[in-house]
Amino acid sequence: MLLIHCPYCDDTLPEPEFAYAGEAHIARPADPMALSDEEWKNFLFIRSNPRGTHYERWRHIHGCGRFFNAIRDTVSDKFVMTYRAGEPRPNLDALKEAAE
Amino acid sequence: MTQAFRIPGAGRVNHAKAVRFTFDGKIIEGREGDTVASALLANGVHLLGRSFKYHRPRGIVSAGSEEPNALVGTSRGPGRFEPNTRATMQEVWDGLTVESQNKWPSLAFDVGAINDRLYMLFSAGFYYKTFMWPRSFWDKVYEPFIRRAAGLGKSPTEPDPDHYTSRNLHCDVLVVGGGPAGLAAALAAGRSGAQTVLVDEHAELGGTLLSEPGVRIDGQGAWGWLETTLAELRALPNVRLMSRTTAIGYYHQNMVGLCQKLTDHLATPPEGAPRERLWRVRAGQVVLAQGAIEKPLVFDGNDRPGVMLAGAAQTFFQRFGVKVGTRAVVVTSHDSAWHTAFDLAQAGVKVAAIVDIRPQVSAELTARAKALGIEVLASHTVTSTTGRLRVASVHVNRVRNGHVDPWRSIDCDALLMCGGWTPSLHLFSHTKGSLAWDAQAGAFLPDRKTEECHIAGAGRGLWGIAAALEDGARAGAAAAKALGRAAGVGSFAVEGDRTGDGVVVKELPTDRDPGKAKAFIDFQNDVTAKDIRLAVREGMRSIEHVKRYTTNGMATDQGKLSNINGLMVAADALGKPAPEVGLTTFRPPYTPTTFGALAGLRRGRHFEVTRKTPIDAWAEAQGAVFEPVSLWRRAWYFPKAGEDMHAAVARECRAVRTSVGLFDASTLGKIEVMGPDAATFLERMYTNPWAKLQPGRCRYGLLLGEDGFIRDDGVIGRLAVDKFHVTTTTGGAARVLNMMEDYLQTEWPDLNVWLTSTTEQWAVVAVQGPNARKVLEPLVEGLDLSDAAFPHMAVAECTVAGFPARLFRVSFTGELGFEVNVPARHGRALWEAIWAAGQAHGITPYGTETMHVLRAEKGFILVGQDTDGTVTPGDAGLDWAIGKQKPDFVGKRSLQRPDIVAKGRKQLVGLLTEDPSVVLEEGAQIVADPNQPLPMTMIGHVTSSYWSEALGRSIAMALIEGGRDRQGETLHIPMPGRTLRAKVTGTAFVDPEGQRLKV
Ligand SMILES: [Zn+2]
Repeated sequence: MLLIHCPYCDDTLPEPEFAYAGEAHIARPADPMALSDEEWKNFLFIRSNPRGTHYERWRHIHGCGRFFNAIRDTVSDKFVMTYRAGEPRPNLDALKEAAE
Repeated sequence: MTQAFRIPGAGRVNHAKAVRFTFDGKIIEGREGDTVASALLANGVHLLGRSFKYHRPRGIVSAGSEEPNALVGTSRGPGRFEPNTRATMQEVWDGLTVESQNKWPSLAFDVGAINDRLYMLFSAGFYYKTFMWPRSFWDKVYEPFIRRAAGLGKSPTEPDPDHYTSRNLHCDVLVVGGGPAGLAAALAAGRSGAQTVLVDEHAELGGTLLSEPGVRIDGQGAWGWLETTLAELRALPNVRLMSRTTAIGYYHQNMVGLCQKLTDHLATPPEGAPRERLWRVRAGQVVLAQGAIEKPLVFDGNDRPGVMLAGAAQTFFQRFGVKVGTRAVVVTSHDSAWHTAFDLAQAGVKVAAIVDIRPQVSAELTARAKALGIEVLASHTVTSTTGRLRVASVHVNRVRNGHVDPWRSIDCDALLMCGGWTPSLHLFSHTKGSLAWDAQAGAFLPDRKTEECHIAGAGRGLWGIAAALEDGARAGAAAAKALGRAAGVGSFAVEGDRTGDGVVVKELPTDRDPGKAKAFIDFQNDVTAKDIRLAVREGMRSIEHVKRYTTNGMATDQGKLSNINGLMVAADALGKPAPEVGLTTFRPPYTPTTFGALAGLRRGRHFEVTRKTPIDAWAEAQGAVFEPVSLWRRAWYFPKAGEDMHAAVARECRAVRTSVGLFDASTLGKIEVMGPDAATFLERMYTNPWAKLQPGRCRYGLLLGEDGFIRDDGVIGRLAVDKFHVTTTTGGAARVLNMMEDYLQTEWPDLNVWLTSTTEQWAVVAVQGPNARKVLEPLVEGLDLSDAAFPHMAVAECTVAGFPARLFRVSFTGELGFEVNVPARHGRALWEAIWAAGQAHGITPYGTETMHVLRAEKGFILVGQDTDGTVTPGDAGLDWAIGKQKPDFVGKRSLQRPDIVAKGRKQLVGLLTEDPSVVLEEGAQIVADPNQPLPMTMIGHVTSSYWSEALGRSIAMALIEGGRDRQGETLHIPMPGRTLRAKVTGTAFVDPEGQRLKV
């Protein structure tokens, strides 16, 4: 059972309080009707499914109720970090450099 | 003669306290402190069961939880039967009932042993080969055979009368394993002040020390040192010691699951005591001190009762005071078994010979053996054993330059084997920690860690008690230091430590036809070395494939004894080094764990909450029959005396269509959508237009996923410009709110809208039928209920029966209808007030079944029943619910996807059976041509089907390919024994023009 840091509550809490909500940084197009079938298909169905670093959404569903973003390693399952919805995709390399 | 093999005064059992239990009905006497295995051995009983595939006689192999063979059924009183209890772990008590498994008619004579002669039939991959053909054999021959043969032991048939609990525990340091390494680690961590927990699966802490009383530590005997150490640990307030507690799984972020056995060892458990307790431990640091497991040697007849691990014989002798035989032979590739031979010889067991695979053994060991009168056979192999139900002799052969000389026979009643030791790294593997092959140790050792853990002692290939103590202390101190505590590494003065080493071997060399040898690797699943080689010949290259093809390591012991031997043989067959062939994955639980422990208190009515409405108790008092709807229990129908379900539902339907019915709709999901942008938000979420909906009016709302498929529906009322009362399906409430929150928080955070779940804030009473207004009108204050003032799809706030209410004029029945929402605490009083007011009109309470029939008569869909997540508004005939002028809403773009605008999609239609008395089965498949060859092309299925009391015939709805173009067509529904015919129709069966609403 993972421990997850909610960036809104600023607390690290057990996994059962949270719900997974799919890949992050996939914004709904401003005008879906303007998209081609191909573009709409890509928005709707195509996900990166990486081996390793995955940007994904979680909801603190049994806590504050907020959706937030996370970086998680799909090999180890472990969270690298979490951050608030709406914040830009963190640059992992920059983070690593800053840590060193 | 009882306990002929007990050595008076030896071991740690209580010789003053006899304990009697039964084994296959025979009374067996043991001693307090015995396990079933040690007590049976004390009485000379080695035959404990029959093997899984070949029904070969099997005995006790080990003295611990790794035991693959000695699995027995245990009974602790009525309803308390457990199959596959390891005889080596179950403690004895007066009255315990033990039975052997997998035998018929008796343990000594077993008919299934014929399988042993049909050896070829059961070789590697037999599951895949033997049962392939002919097809007709499946039902009558193969399946019954597999069912009878599959699985050891019989399942309990009664509900488990015991109860189980669970607890959470947070600690600084968790030490797994109570042997020398674990004890030293707990001492170091405990002395540093860290909150420390030490667990061990056995009844007693001590591990190897219990079997090595000759070793002296810090001037005391091993047992004295153990007592002193435990006393110190017990005295530390920050240390918790837990025996009979197995660490079953090691999960993320240092969470370890423990299963603590509380009563299985007690003749009279305390009243109300739980049987087991599951602990969820979150530890700052974990020390794994699980020791090592001895490997069997692989030779023909290595599974005969009386053949066991040398270390087990050592434990039975030193810990339990039991001789495993009177005349033993030792066969080994490791020094440790020599010490067992010496201990047994000194206890009066005749050790006929030590057979060592290695050409060179230390002079010290051979000299000691000779001094004890033991014949030393270095550079020898064992090629077979004899004896029917117990080993009687062993064939030993000299090996010279790879050539195996002819055998000679040595009589024995115990053959003690040792193929070296496997570090026990199961928990470490649970964390995805990697293992690296260490050629020197001939074992996989821990490599890269993924968790905050330390591995100590034999678990990382260190041998001997001094090394284990030192390494444990180092690990315990390191754990304490990682937590910021000062910790010292104690030192230990150890005398009489018996270190040593050995070599890793595959099957022992033999002069026999290897194709005929029954050299077992996995005792529990009856897998031989020949099976592994066959799997490789048949193309298995990865150890994971070999495992699945042969089932090696797939039994309940997860290959604790067999994995490395299987790997060595597979690697040899593949001509590759062991590390290149790899190791299979260990998964939790470490040992078999009861479902009871995992379920804990979540059984019966505690399994799930049952949500009840404020009117539930009234319905129960009226004798309603209930059905579960998501977590709710809802009144299904209200039978009167002598009525079955059909009669009750028919009566309820008649009442609503002819007078008035009363329905508890409180379970409807309700979401309050408020704020200046509430209408904009709903415009974007739902297919329908909301901007122009006037306060005081309602509209049917349809919610799609972004993929264009129907997710939910419900009536939405606008109470004010900025306030909407949204209803959802009963099961969909939480999902819809989650979806709304998702869009609001992440896509449109600029919208000023607030969402509140109000499902349980409102009780909802539906009053439906031509007399509904007459019943309700006298109770309503502040509102004109006339059709002109309060038309269909109106909503208003008013007072009903004295309670503040939101009153909706809506109908899910096709009749004049109202839904009264009052604060939940008034629900029961409101219901009873309407009930009383309706008596003059024969008001009738109705349940969900009648609600379903009435809505189906009108062709109203139930999301989740008439839709399945692949149905679009067009498919369901709900195009009218789409706001054509809206530029966007969730799912709109998808309604133009190529496969959604394509012809031939399944569409919702009505079905009327040719025989009006036949009610179709929901889920039944539909075909166009009943005479086509099998398998038929199915063009759809029945989604809803009922007896319509209003029409005096059956009705159904179905999703059918191109359904709306098939109006009037006759289709076929093949059922067992007959094929039904039905005509495609529209979905509105009753009052399609909606005239009945206009009153
Ligand atoms: Zn939160």
